[in-house]
Amino acid sequence: MSTNSRRKMVEAKEIIKVYGSFRALDRVSLDIYDGEKVVIIGPSGSGKSTLLRSINRLEEIDRGTIVVDGMDLYDPKTDITKVREEVGMVFQSFNLFPHKTVLENLTLAQTVVRKRSKQEAEEKAMMLLERVGLAAKAKSYPGKLSGGQQQRVAIARSLAMDPKLMLFDEPTSALDPEMIGEVLDVMKDLAKEGMTMAVVTHEMGFAREVADRVIFMDAGRIVEEGTPEHFFTAPTHERAKLFLSQIL
Amino acid sequence: MGTEAKKQIIDVGDGAAIPRKSDRGLFTAWRIAFFGAIGTIGYLVWSKPDPYLNIIKFVPDGIAVTFQVTLGAILLAIVIGLVTGLGRISKNRFFNGVASLYVEVIRGIPLLVQIFYIYYALGTIVKVPAILSAIIAMAVCYGAYMGEVVRAGIESIAKGQREAALSLGMNGRQTMIHVILPQAVKVILPPVGNEFIALLKDSSLVSIIAVADLLRRGREYASESFTYFETYTVIALIYLIITLFFSKIIGVMEERVSVNK
Repeated sequence: MSTNSRRKMVEAKEIIKVYGSFRALDRVSLDIYDGEKVVIIGPSGSGKSTLLRSINRLEEIDRGTIVVDGMDLYDPKTDITKVREEVGMVFQSFNLFPHKTVLENLTLAQTVVRKRSKQEAEEKAMMLLERVGLAAKAKSYPGKLSGGQQQRVAIARSLAMDPKLMLFDEPTSALDPEMIGEVLDVMKDLAKEGMTMAVVTHEMGFAREVADRVIFMDAGRIVEEGTPEHFFTAPTHERAKLFLSQIL
Repeated sequence: MGTEAKKQIIDVGDGAAIPRKSDRGLFTAWRIAFFGAIGTIGYLVWSKPDPYLNIIKFVPDGIAVTFQVTLGAILLAIVIGLVTGLGRISKNRFFNGVASLYVEVIRGIPLLVQIFYIYYALGTIVKVPAILSAIIAMAVCYGAYMGEVVRAGIESIAKGQREAALSLGMNGRQTMIHVILPQAVKVILPPVGNEFIALLKDSSLVSIIAVADLLRRGREYASESFTYFETYTVIALIYLIITLFFSKIIGVMEERVSVNK
């Protein structure tokens, strides 16, 4: 299958991000194609979260260009909220709105940003809650839910905006082990349906099963990139070998 | 700027730490003070109607004025505080600069001086009733403190909340209105209650500019009857009763909010 013929959803070129004198991203280039599932792994502090967060401009980059769905993030004419409407993001710490019910968490941006009617938004929300198996919790507040349930709600909340691309920033790192599976299952379903996904994770099983491409980062650079089979069986870079030997 | 300073702004109470949450017994400091004050007034009126009953009859007008000033000033101060607080966290340098300057200037001038200043400064431009200029002076002063309370409240909301809202395509204003402020209100409410009580007490300062508040009425009575000691005893007890009453109400409200979380 040739991915080159497909449309690019994300096109990041030579991006640099500096914190003081520390280069969090050091001339990173990354293309993500329509429908592709990219898993980004690497030791902590390697820049993987920073890279992910720069795709919807939660993180400002210092140099380089990022084009998402044809929109240049740093073109003054680009309305960044329009980009973010198309790019869903799931956080390590869920970040559900604690003062709103589960249902309201899903309808807020639909009504405020997408200008959908309350009824339309609620129908969409219930459909998505059904899909992540939490329709019964629609009237609950996030504080009453387990971590795994909260993260499933957070995924549903992002999906309610009908994003073209989903970013996952260590979605299972804050979860108790027994809850990781339920969240990964939702993500796998999403992958099967053809969603374009970029996932920062330490779940190697998930990477093997779902990824079209695995990206290994170290010290702000992409040092290895390839199919899961290639990456997990025959990594070429020393740093990647070491990393794999430590976690597998 | 650190969490230490933030915490201080949120937690510092001007006497409003009474009743304390740990006060559960029958004879709490709050109960002794509150019922003791009521009992003392009752006893004085009963044992010496002249002058105590006369004083009690003379001051209610002043209590009403004290409430007017306090209520008017706190409402206006909340509005000013909201704008100031938003200004203090704004990335707009002009808005931020104006808000910061306001806070710095106001916090550096004694309230009494501000009251005089606004009364006479306003007086040279327009003729306003003393009570209105008192309300404005109190509000301008407390608005600065309230601005810091609002700022601290907004900053206490986790960064992730803002990021989640932004990642859903909401703009800065929508994020503030729908996500940040509703949560910040819960954090802000207790310190606003403290400010209210502090303002209630400080409102006695306006008696200096011919506003017939509780203290002023007391002074009028005392200077006519030469019963200074008796009059100021009653005035102090009335302030004490009012203040304790509101601190109790605010304490209950605070508990409700924290339970509903």
